[in-house]
Amino acid sequence: MNFQSSTQAVDSVFIFIVAISVALLTGIVATMVYFVVRYSRERNPDPENIEGNLLLEIVWVVIPLIIVLAMFFYGWRGFRFMRTAPANALLVKAYASMWRWDFEYDNGRKTDRLIVPSGRPVKLVITSRDVLHSLFIPAFRVKEDAVPGMLTHLWFLPDGTGDYDLFCSEYCGTGHSEMITKVQVMTAEDFRKWRLEAPHEKTGEDVDGVPALLRKKGCLACHSIDGTRKIGPTFKGLFMSRVIVVTGGKEHEVTANEQYLRRSVMEPEADIVKGFPPVMPREKDNLTEEELSSIVGFIKGLRE
Amino acid sequence: MPEQPDFYTTTGNKSGLWSWIFSTDHKRIGVLYLFSLLVFFSIGAAFGLLMRLELIAPGKTIVEAATYNAFFTLHGVIMIFLFIIPGIPVSLGNFFLPLQIGAGDLAFPRINLLSWWLYMAGGLMALMSLFLGSGPPDTGWTFYAPYSIRTGTNVTMAVSAAFVLGFSSILTGLNFVTTIHRMRAPGMTWFRMPLFVWSLYATAWVQILATPILGITLLLVVTERLFGVGFFDPAKGGDPILYQHLFWIYSHPAVYIMVLPAMGVITEIIPVFSRRTIFGYKAIAFSSMAIASVGYFVWGHHMFTSGMSDTSRAVFSFLTFIVAIPSGVKVFNWVASLYKGSIRVDAPLLFSLSFIFLFSLGGLTGLIMGSLATNVHIHGTHFIVAHFHYVMFGGAGFAFIAGLHYWFPKMTGRMYSERRAKTGWAFLFTGFQLLYFPLFILGWQGMPRRYYDYLPDFHPLNAASTVGSWILAAGLIIIFFNLLRSIRNGGQAGPNPWGGTTLEWRTSSPPPAENFEVAPVVTEGPYAYHHKKDRIL
Ligand code: HEM
Ligand SMILES: [Cu+2]
Repeated sequence: MNFQSSTQAVDSVFIFIVAISVALLTGIVATMVYFVVRYSRERNPDPENIEGNLLLEIVWVVIPLIIVLAMFFYGWRGFRFMRTAPANALLVKAYASMWRWDFEYDNGRKTDRLIVPSGRPVKLVITSRDVLHSLFIPAFRVKEDAVPGMLTHLWFLPDGTGDYDLFCSEYCGTGHSEMITKVQVMTAEDFRKWRLEAPHEKTGEDVDGVPALLRKKGCLACHSIDGTRKIGPTFKGLFMSRVIVVTGGKEHEVTANEQYLRRSVMEPEADIVKGFPPVMPREKDNLTEEELSSIVGFIKGLRE
Repeated sequence: MPEQPDFYTTTGNKSGLWSWIFSTDHKRIGVLYLFSLLVFFSIGAAFGLLMRLELIAPGKTIVEAATYNAFFTLHGVIMIFLFIIPGIPVSLGNFFLPLQIGAGDLAFPRINLLSWWLYMAGGLMALMSLFLGSGPPDTGWTFYAPYSIRTGTNVTMAVSAAFVLGFSSILTGLNFVTTIHRMRAPGMTWFRMPLFVWSLYATAWVQILATPILGITLLLVVTERLFGVGFFDPAKGGDPILYQHLFWIYSHPAVYIMVLPAMGVITEIIPVFSRRTIFGYKAIAFSSMAIASVGYFVWGHHMFTSGMSDTSRAVFSFLTFIVAIPSGVKVFNWVASLYKGSIRVDAPLLFSLSFIFLFSLGGLTGLIMGSLATNVHIHGTHFIVAHFHYVMFGGAGFAFIAGLHYWFPKMTGRMYSERRAKTGWAFLFTGFQLLYFPLFILGWQGMPRRYYDYLPDFHPLNAASTVGSWILAAGLIIIFFNLLRSIRNGGQAGPNPWGGTTLEWRTSSPPPAENFEVAPVVTEGPYAYHHKKDRIL
């Protein structure tokens, strides 16, 4: 069993199991249909009572047992290959958060799509900043959960340049199905150039006056700053506006003052803005006091 | 047969609705459960159809993402905790377990009634979670932490509902185990019990032993949500993988709570319609017990990409393959039981044969998921959605429908229209394939599950699946319309329309309140067709 890549390992195990399964299923269904036709009441009015046959019972325990053990073994070998990254692998850190992916390279460069060179194994070390997510690249047949407070890993061998889909495959809330990005496979040469071109990507700093914090904490996945309606209300003009909220099933109007903003970030389930789903995660354990102040300060500044 | 009043006319000292919801007669409780299940199933199916409608095209079709997420959560919670887990045991089991072992009732008739009340309370709580509090739960039926801890929606209510339902399940299990141990008719040794009873026995043990773990886990979730104690959320020092272990320690054995009784139903039907004894009685009985015991040790196969250690993954994969064997044994024995029979494919057998096909397909695709290398690719995709619908709906669901048709004449004293039953089957079976088979392909191509929106490449197969859901719905409507209509309009069925040999066929249809005037004496095995040729229609 020599595996070259995760794609090939998974596909060969898959074909092995599917081939045997199709044979078994065909056998079972064909026998069943044959019996039903051959021993129909018209053709066979006098049934015969056969209580069992020990030899047959043994046969259909032992043969399937051998088959499934072979399947287990093959699958386990493929898996071991998929779990052991070659020493020359390019190491990239992957951070999942609601609902975006961030990648960090050894030279500190950060991106929101995974950029890798063709022909060199890539090892991803994965973690999450909030809830469970799962990093899934169908083209390379790899997947591993992103667990907060824990590092997990996977590796694959990109061959051939091009763009491949990268999905989140562990349910993580409203934006789960939008938590998609791309794996961009470049030639080794292009990758080398790309890596040197700008050591620090924009996400690390404030861009166009938007604090990096808002991106980092994932607020912008749901809130816009330009008035667009996304999953949550926009920040633009929010401060001191009149907001209709639902509290414990009852509607009432409040002014979005500082206290309201703070509470809405830390305990979003307390008041839900009418017309929006109650999906915002609690940031209580996720933000420090300074971070909260800086975010609230920024929202205040967006008052028209 | 001397005509005694049947149990519908024996209302005791209560009348109308009261004679049902306060009755301790296992048959009345069985019927009560049957209708409650039908109501919840219809609600669950409606959510399923709405989800499929949403997925007919990429982007928004009918609802927002948050609503879709609430749909699959409620669909899952209802189908699992309110339909398929209680399912066959509380309805057909309740009605036929005492009859099949020649008993007058279950061991604890009042506890039986209490189970139904708990079931209804849990069911109403689950539905109320839709409307009360800060929005319908959106975690999926698995309530994975830390999302379930952090989301602002009404998870506490949904989790409490599952907690209450667990008690209902435990009580039913206790009741069945005691009944089977203590109340068998004279002469009914363990190996003269019908195999449906064996399957209920194995199931009952799983209900008793596994359900408390779910209860504790769900309590921990509620404690963490309400009081902020850090069990599962790493932000509070908890461990999210611990949650998954605890959850699946129950929820994997729960799969056997769903499917073992279904296998029991199939095992009853095959001998009756092929007019011969079952092939390999003991093999089938022992395989039920084997599934029920090895089934406790394979929960980790739901966690092959969770971040759990690679060694645990290998061990769980190995055990998973082992637990496939007893299910295979059953399939082989069922097929062998057709050999040299005298077979008539009436509706119950038609549904049973479809069960064998759908369950085998579901089971064999399970091997692809049990194998580590392939699991990595398909875990969390629509492949899983296809697999569990094949096993739970194509398996347990079809067996339920088979059992309903098989025992309908006994329960109601009437016969349904065979032609309509077969038309309904044709729609259901065709719709089923079109609805679920494309999901295997979508999953292999990489479409994750619980996706409100998807890439345009996935469009054609999703559209096909949605069309399938309409055909399937038509099948369900025909089937249930046929049965419901026949309760009043069907022709008289007589005590034993199929020529069955188990004890329930010795009572009148519907049976009298006390089941048997004198306890039957059992002198031979349950499927004794060898000297009964003269009795055959
Ligand atoms: C009317 C027939 C049904 C239809 C149209 C249907 C459709 C669906 C759909 C579209 C999903 C969501 C897929 C996703 O986005 O991940 C789903 C999930 C599910 N279904 Fe069904 N289904 C039906 C019947 C059943 C039955 C009979 C059962 C069980 C006995 C069942 C159990 C489940 C479960 C457990 C889930 C997973 C929910 C979750 O992800 O939390 N369904 N179904
Ligand atoms: Cu995610």
